[in-house]
Amino acid sequence: MNDSHYCPHTPEEIGEMLSAIGVATVEELFSPIPAALRAQTFNLPSGLSEFETFSRMQAIAGDNVQGLTSFIGGGFYDHVIPSVIDHLSGRAEFYTAYTPYQPECSQGTLQALFEYQTAICRLTGLDVSNASLYDGGTACAESAMMALRVTGRNRIIVDGCVNPFSRQILKTYLFNLDVEVVEIAPLDGMLNRAELANVLDDSVAAVLVQNPNFFGSVDDYTALAGQVHTVGALLIASVYPVSLGILKSPGEMGVDIAVGDGQSLGNPLSFGGPSFGFITAKKAYIRNMPGRIVGETVDKSGKRGFVLTLQAREQHIKRHKATSNICSNQGLCALRGLIFLSSVGRQGLADMALLNRDKAEYAKARLAAIPGVTVLQSAPTFNEFTLFLSKPAEAVVAGMLKEGIAAGVPLGDYYENLGQALVVTVTEKRSKKEIDHFAQLLEAALCN
Amino acid sequence: MQLIYEKSVPGRRGVKLPASDVPAAAPLPASLLRSAPAGLAEVSELDLVRHFTNLSRRNFSVDTNFYPLGSCTMKYNAKVLENAAALFNPLHPMTALLPGGEELCQGTLGMLHDLGGLLAEITGMDEVTTQPLAGAHGEMTGILLVSAYHAARGNKNKKKYVVVPDSSHGTNPASAAIAGYEIITVPTAPYGDMDLELFKKAMTDEVAAVMMTCPNTLGLFNPHIREISEIAHSHDALMYYDGANLNAIMGKVKPGDVGFDVIHVNLHKTFGTPHGGGGPGSGPVGVKKELIPFLPQPRIIKDSQGRFQLEARRPTSIGRTANFFGNFGVMVKAYAYIIMLGREGLIRVSEQAVLNANYIKERLKPYYDLPYDQTCMHECVFSASRQLAHGVHAIDISKFLIDRGYHPPTVYFPMIVKEAIMIEPTETESKATMDEFIEVMIEAAQTAESNPQALHDAPLTMPISRLDETKAAREQNVCCQW
Repeated sequence: MNDSHYCPHTPEEIGEMLSAIGVATVEELFSPIPAALRAQTFNLPSGLSEFETFSRMQAIAGDNVQGLTSFIGGGFYDHVIPSVIDHLSGRAEFYTAYTPYQPECSQGTLQALFEYQTAICRLTGLDVSNASLYDGGTACAESAMMALRVTGRNRIIVDGCVNPFSRQILKTYLFNLDVEVVEIAPLDGMLNRAELANVLDDSVAAVLVQNPNFFGSVDDYTALAGQVHTVGALLIASVYPVSLGILKSPGEMGVDIAVGDGQSLGNPLSFGGPSFGFITAKKAYIRNMPGRIVGETVDKSGKRGFVLTLQAREQHIKRHKATSNICSNQGLCALRGLIFLSSVGRQGLADMALLNRDKAEYAKARLAAIPGVTVLQSAPTFNEFTLFLSKPAEAVVAGMLKEGIAAGVPLGDYYENLGQALVVTVTEKRSKKEIDHFAQLLEAALCN
Repeated sequence: MQLIYEKSVPGRRGVKLPASDVPAAAPLPASLLRSAPAGLAEVSELDLVRHFTNLSRRNFSVDTNFYPLGSCTMKYNAKVLENAAALFNPLHPMTALLPGGEELCQGTLGMLHDLGGLLAEITGMDEVTTQPLAGAHGEMTGILLVSAYHAARGNKNKKKYVVVPDSSHGTNPASAAIAGYEIITVPTAPYGDMDLELFKKAMTDEVAAVMMTCPNTLGLFNPHIREISEIAHSHDALMYYDGANLNAIMGKVKPGDVGFDVIHVNLHKTFGTPHGGGGPGSGPVGVKKELIPFLPQPRIIKDSQGRFQLEARRPTSIGRTANFFGNFGVMVKAYAYIIMLGREGLIRVSEQAVLNANYIKERLKPYYDLPYDQTCMHECVFSASRQLAHGVHAIDISKFLIDRGYHPPTVYFPMIVKEAIMIEPTETESKATMDEFIEVMIEAAQTAESNPQALHDAPLTMPISRLDETKAAREQNVCCQW
């Protein structure tokens, strides 16, 4: 078939170009590749029309479950996405541009990223943000590596209540380096502070915690920040940005570096990506931050403008001495995050966070009243909480999936001895009716 | 243009949120609450729409301007790909990880598995993981796979170095350094490829991997690549292929056939997914069978009934390099692109990308120095050294192009070319567009001689003139103050 809609030349134009080059055929242009190196096979299917392609993709999407009522979170959250986000981030001037290397013709992207950095700083209560990272999990690993650079030390303490995927990514990133990762086993769904005190000393580069943590528990790390700083280490907090509508910010707690996943800010679930990670820190650490950073400056006439700044840290200049290997960001997803935060606004984010908590508290009380159900943590929770069931959680979840409800994330895969524990997430999108239905099915599942 | 925060008015909102249908919960203890709501913008929906619409108009983009940014492959991004990706928006990634959840996600798991198979065929590899989230993330993942391979053979402490040519992308040495290796850099020979004799001297049994881009960043294909691979393998070093330039050779050469063991592919380059103003990208990694045991998890396998499953935990795996299955939405677009173009279409993509680059190279050769004057692949690298004699730098030519409505080529990279101007037209541009661009480039060369100040003054047509980058780096104003 003719692919001229993406490769537009006519045979006549190709002929003119070949004669300008001074060769007879396109194939001649590949003559620098010795015959012995040429591909012998290229077993791909023939092409499809646009209509056939889209029909195929619809069929693939149709092979996935439809209409599941979801109470699953675990790092990715089913929140409302205002309609303006698709329309504005769908402006081709944003999504078909690249990294803004040429600031004069990229002020749209650059100003948006500066506004994004501002939103993240205000949300987290910290001083400086980069222009985004890949996702929340890799942002945790990057923050730990940043702390290694800042302190020159080689031990990282990680609370076992941090998302298990983030902890796995951290270990994978560090496995070939001379760095020790110490994990603190959770105590009732919370950081075990006594155990932490036993291992916290001046060899530690950073302590990594999460708020709300993987069990859903909400904590205040203000005192912890003081203890961590006493031994010259950094406190890193991974946070859920929607919760910061109401929860104490990392900056207010004295946290040094805050990270998180931005999916919940206007990005679809999309089977896990793309989303974006954010990283924000106290100003003293800006030169050790990974990734792109946008800064404000002026042009020749004194007019405000924005540029990529502190590029001397980066690999296209420093090569192997660079601060990190990251040369992109999740620009479009970060833009969606900015539009989301600007759409809901100052009070809207607080209202949304409160609504999440109200729904989750209703669900928690409703579910905890079922015989055979207890709430694992005594700590307060935000929009996630952990139930301890009288039966293995995996079997209960599998049974309820058949009824069209994803009841939550069973913890057996992630924690020993927690095979009966289930993390339930309730966002503002879940109705009272759906919660009540969930409760009825759970009660039936546990009574059988 | 004002910042969104400067348009903010207390009490305004841009969206109506759902009302509550449950009782209000007892408040959290004050010690857990923030002292005041975060200082986000407060604007109406129209103010919001106008702000971001007007911001977008301050960008050059592929859909509005020719964007021959070398090495970045700014080809046209088909609109149907956007529609395809949106089909999968509601699916939560944890669904597949729930008990029995794989059966609920056969569409997506199958598509990822098939995409891996297509990429393996295109690159000559045995298996592909889609988990890495960008090209540089793929590089790091690939080098961690190399580490795991050597560690499994008892050589963890012996293998200390990664070898790169000096023409490599800066991410190659940076990724290897992040993964714990020391870097040996091999200079480029006058013929434009890595100096073979110096490479041989650099190779010892302590080298873990050799990272190559082929064609390299000069747009040149290295005819000695198999010999280089054999030398590396004789030292038990693995060959890493930076797939940034794969778009030049689809159907012509498979990296796996010529000795490469690990490869990353930039879906946002070769496979036509949009660059998003800096991301999201996607950097799947392909490996030869010796490295399959080390691939990250979750790994998707096809069972004897043709159903797609997630493999049980495998102790040899390097673990996890990202949360779930990678930048899934980007993979949907790349998959749709590959099945839409098909075998002949992908071959044609490479052929016309190479044709276009050579056409521009030949047409501009009389006006700009071409340090490596050979048949190029998908991009060509000029030097503004002739213009420098008149005090005009590559950056000045860039700014002149902006005034004429062209996004500039990549400049000052590769670093081995003085005043480099790296042009990658891609296959999607018409001859007419390229001819107009060539005329403007010729005009820039002529203006450099006749009126260099005009180039120093450019751009004049943009909302801002050249910016004070030193001030930005010194003051570090990276967020709007209160």
